[in-house]
Amino acid sequence: MTTPNPGKDCRQKRRQRLERRQAAITGLLLAATLLSCGSVLAILGFLSYFALPIFSQGHLAEIMSWEWRPFQGRFGILPMAVGSLGLAVTAMGVAYPLGLGLCGFAHGLGPRCLRGPIMSLIYFMTAIPTVIYGFVSVIFLVPLVRGAFPESTGYSWLTAALTLSLMILPTIVLLVHTQLQQVDAQVRLVSAALGFSPAQTLLWVMRPLASRGLWAAAVLGFSRAVGDTIIALMVAGNAPQVPNALLDSIRTLTSHIALVVATDSTSQAYQSIFASGLILFGVTTAVNLTLRRLQSGAGTAAGRRDE
Amino acid sequence: MNKRITSLAQACSWLAVLTTVGVILLFLGFLGWRGIDTINSALFFGNTPPWEAITGRLPVWHGIWPACVGTLALVLLSSLLAIPLGLASGIYLCQYASGPWKRWFSLAVELLAGIPSIIMGLFGFALILFLKKSVAPQANTGLLLSAGCLALLVLPYLILLTQTTLEALPHELRLAGLSLGFTPWQNMIHVLLPAAGRGILSGVVLAVGRAAEDTAVILLTGVVANAGLPSGLFDKYEALPFHIFFLAAEARSDAELAQGFGAALILLMLTAALFLGAYYLKSTFTKTWDQKDLMI
Repeated sequence: MTTPNPGKDCRQKRRQRLERRQAAITGLLLAATLLSCGSVLAILGFLSYFALPIFSQGHLAEIMSWEWRPFQGRFGILPMAVGSLGLAVTAMGVAYPLGLGLCGFAHGLGPRCLRGPIMSLIYFMTAIPTVIYGFVSVIFLVPLVRGAFPESTGYSWLTAALTLSLMILPTIVLLVHTQLQQVDAQVRLVSAALGFSPAQTLLWVMRPLASRGLWAAAVLGFSRAVGDTIIALMVAGNAPQVPNALLDSIRTLTSHIALVVATDSTSQAYQSIFASGLILFGVTTAVNLTLRRLQSGAGTAAGRRDE
Repeated sequence: MNKRITSLAQACSWLAVLTTVGVILLFLGFLGWRGIDTINSALFFGNTPPWEAITGRLPVWHGIWPACVGTLALVLLSSLLAIPLGLASGIYLCQYASGPWKRWFSLAVELLAGIPSIIMGLFGFALILFLKKSVAPQANTGLLLSAGCLALLVLPYLILLTQTTLEALPHELRLAGLSLGFTPWQNMIHVLLPAAGRGILSGVVLAVGRAAEDTAVILLTGVVANAGLPSGLFDKYEALPFHIFFLAAEARSDAELAQGFGAALILLMLTAALFLGAYYLKSTFTKTWDQKDLMI
């Protein structure tokens, strides 16, 4: 008998073991989290590492120019940046009003019995693969556009914008819908007691209260549209030019990356895709930070008015 | 005046609904009408006898079987990579992280969620370029790289979903286990995770659907049009979404186009089935815990 109380000793040992296990598990979870979060930095790091020669070799002015002719040594990506911006803005121009209409319909403008089916359809749209939108657009919409405007090949800004608007529609609708649901819970009884009809409640009470959600939906939809690759690659035509009309062929930054990787190119062409990648990374990061600000304010603003 | 605005808004909302429903029905109808007849064993296996093709004894030349297997392999591999990491990170963020660290981690996860899929592909491509330059000159794009990049793509969804689902559980549930003397981890394993199981599972199923449908990532990381069945982790492979993408641009005959419709319909059925499964799981979870705003 070396210890006076074997029972106590045993308990202590068990407790120590338990604590060690606890620490090991926490460490493991922390490691997983660090790995997940570190991947953002890894992505940024790799993109920057490969884009670095642009600055060190003084190619910045060349990359940031208006002409893409790789065989003549012109590697400007600005036409693609304009293409991305133009495509995203036009797709939003179609999808955003549609999305607001759908949300309005589900929250008081339409009959209540249709709300469930409509929202189910929107949820279902999130499950449709992007490549299938592109495929159907190539087979169906492109010949339609070509038929309507014989001077165009059908692979155009217009076709891509229409297809893309369908893809970003559920994103917009679901975000606005969530926001309206939150506002609805706060104001429904009050506005009903004041004698507002559901349509009036939506237009004059909920719409102003949900304005942050409306902005957030616009910003997120825009970032989805900028980030899409496949639809632009399949139906926008991919000519590296600044478009003048909706029927022109355009190339986005995303499809530019895919196209350059697909065709073996020179190191300067590769530099241009890493620059494109950095631009896209910057845009989506900016969008996310904006969203964060919008959403962190959303609850408190409505909440304060509620109290 | 007021009334006129209201009825105008009503008319616009009806217009939006009718347009959207019309377009979607047209879209699905067109796909179904052109695709339904092409679904038979020849779509999958071409001229090869099905059993020989499934067991891999004979190669399939004119069917989508290799692409289906490729997609399956991609999904399995990326799930293997992403699910443990996503669950662990979600649990950590919900249960253990606090203060400024939690804010930084959440910010990183949100940024990761916002990164377009082509950037994930570009990251994989850059990784290979880097390996070629430095330690492994023979490194090339392939199945494992694609699966890794796809895992990165779905990782933030898994983390956010695990975290929000766990946080949505009633507070009493969290306290009950702890007050009975469970350690936080025991409480997590025996009380919280089982309670959140269906919610988390629905997120996992949705993530699988995303990994199955994404085209941009694999486009840059090793998918090709004719590779046959995937032969190894570092080899090129075929995949269903890329097959559809390829046929849309390169179909030379009506038969190939018909195959494109068949493949598109199969992929749509796959993602729709996953989606419905996730929807069912989530609705039962929501019903159990009576949380109305959990539907994301």
